[in-house]
Amino acid sequence: MIKSRYHISENVLIAPKTYQLVLAGEADVEGEFVDIALPGFYLRRPLSVCDREDGKLTVVYRVVGEGTKALSEMTEGTELEVLTGLGNGFDPEACREEALLVGGGLGVPPLYLLAKELKARGKKVTAVLGFNKAEEIILADAFKAVCDEVLISTVDGSVGVKGFVTDAIAAAHPAFDYFYTCGPMIMMKVVCAALEGPGEASLEERMGCGAGFCYGCSIQTKNGPRRVCKDGPVFKKEELLW
Amino acid sequence: MVKDLSVGLCGLTLKNPVIPASGTFGFGLELAKDMDLNVLGGISLKGTTREARYGNPTPRIAECPGGMINSVGLQNPGINVLVNEKVPALRKVYDGCIIANISGFSLDEYRECCAKADVCEGIDIIEVNISCPNVHNGGMAFGTSAESAAEVTRTVRAVCRKPVFIKLSPNVTDIVSIARACEDAGADGVTLVNTFLGMRIDIHRRQPVIANKMGGFSGQAIFPIALRMVYQVAHACRIPVMGCGGVASAADVIEMMMAGATAVQVGAENLRNPFACPEIAAALPDLMEELNINTLQEIIGTV
Repeated sequence: MIKSRYHISENVLIAPKTYQLVLAGEADVEGEFVDIALPGFYLRRPLSVCDREDGKLTVVYRVVGEGTKALSEMTEGTELEVLTGLGNGFDPEACREEALLVGGGLGVPPLYLLAKELKARGKKVTAVLGFNKAEEIILADAFKAVCDEVLISTVDGSVGVKGFVTDAIAAAHPAFDYFYTCGPMIMMKVVCAALEGPGEASLEERMGCGAGFCYGCSIQTKNGPRRVCKDGPVFKKEELLW
Repeated sequence: MVKDLSVGLCGLTLKNPVIPASGTFGFGLELAKDMDLNVLGGISLKGTTREARYGNPTPRIAECPGGMINSVGLQNPGINVLVNEKVPALRKVYDGCIIANISGFSLDEYRECCAKADVCEGIDIIEVNISCPNVHNGGMAFGTSAESAAEVTRTVRAVCRKPVFIKLSPNVTDIVSIARACEDAGADGVTLVNTFLGMRIDIHRRQPVIANKMGGFSGQAIFPIALRMVYQVAHACRIPVMGCGGVASAADVIEMMMAGATAVQVGAENLRNPFACPEIAAALPDLMEELNINTLQEIIGTV
């Protein structure tokens, strides 16, 4: 865990209430998520890393409350204090040859960095990205540029398969030996139940410290209590009780 | 001039008065890779009970202006893991004062856990939590009357040779009478204050934010109340006080000590800044210089 200062190099609206934030600063940081201090707010905001290169970190967030609203109003050049090196991310080594990435809504961005890591290891990558409607679609072109195949589902049927990610998977039957999912808890639960074979899911929980010492985000698993921030946020499918 | 940050506490010498408060620093080991723990005067470990506990359902955390509510509910691996694994592992990397924090749901549980902590080599001080607001039929129930606080104190005193501090709840009418009852029952010191019982409601969902509905409020917003209570208790009792509640800076540490605290615990601030304690300890010498203080010990209770 490292505490350092970043400055905003980009903070743009990419979908309704949804922003892409690019932070410039410390280059070679690891970790699944960053924890951003916002002036005037007591706790930090944990946000998953979507991309990381050339000393820049990209995160995508939705305005859901006062904190993210304040973040959305910050302009280029604003300095932010950020904790990095947090969380255990997806394991690209778990996939033998063919990976299936299943993302829903704001769960799509963290899978982008994983897609790049899988491609760098020579894996075949299929991404299934689910959204409510056309205007909420994010990062589709970025995924298409990286993945072998990208399937889109929308609940209202405005783009791609009408329905949920599971409908798109049922229609296309993509081959895979390992899956990775990130999205609403109910979506990940259904995905883990529907997909045979091994995989992992990135959970979300309200956090305190973000670094594993306050035990504010503990969940019960088949292996006992686990901290989402430190032991996760990514857990193996077979470990989760839902 | 070289500043003397050390303080004497029940026959122990702490290299400085800065101590992460129980529940806000895990068992110390969680942060051992991120900082040099040895810059801390002491570490109060996560509250421990007889059996392992998962604690309360999530969400356990609610943000508030100037602070936060937690309802972790004493998640811990149990006293045997504390004394057999956590403390020995921490002792290998930490040479300061290790404070075991013990909670219980019955006098028997307090007695058994404190007896085990007392014979655990690495533990220097036993802090008895009679003020956890997050568990039912236990914790805070013991800390809200002078009689039951004294009863817990007597019970653990009888099985401990090490210094015993009782951690007091602020959710009481008269904290001084409870502190005096603990002193009379044989406590070596008191830690105050634990969190204030609080609540937030999500107005969109029309539900409490915290799964357990209520939780303990802490953070900078409670500092003036905690300071007032430390001042009152320190001036009414002869035993030392560890001051706790909303401490976020070296200035807050000095203020707590002037109010009468011998050592100062930093709680919620660790959750917003995991490096708060080492930063506060590092900032003390310059602030002492500015305030013409050469030895921290000399300012205790000077107001």
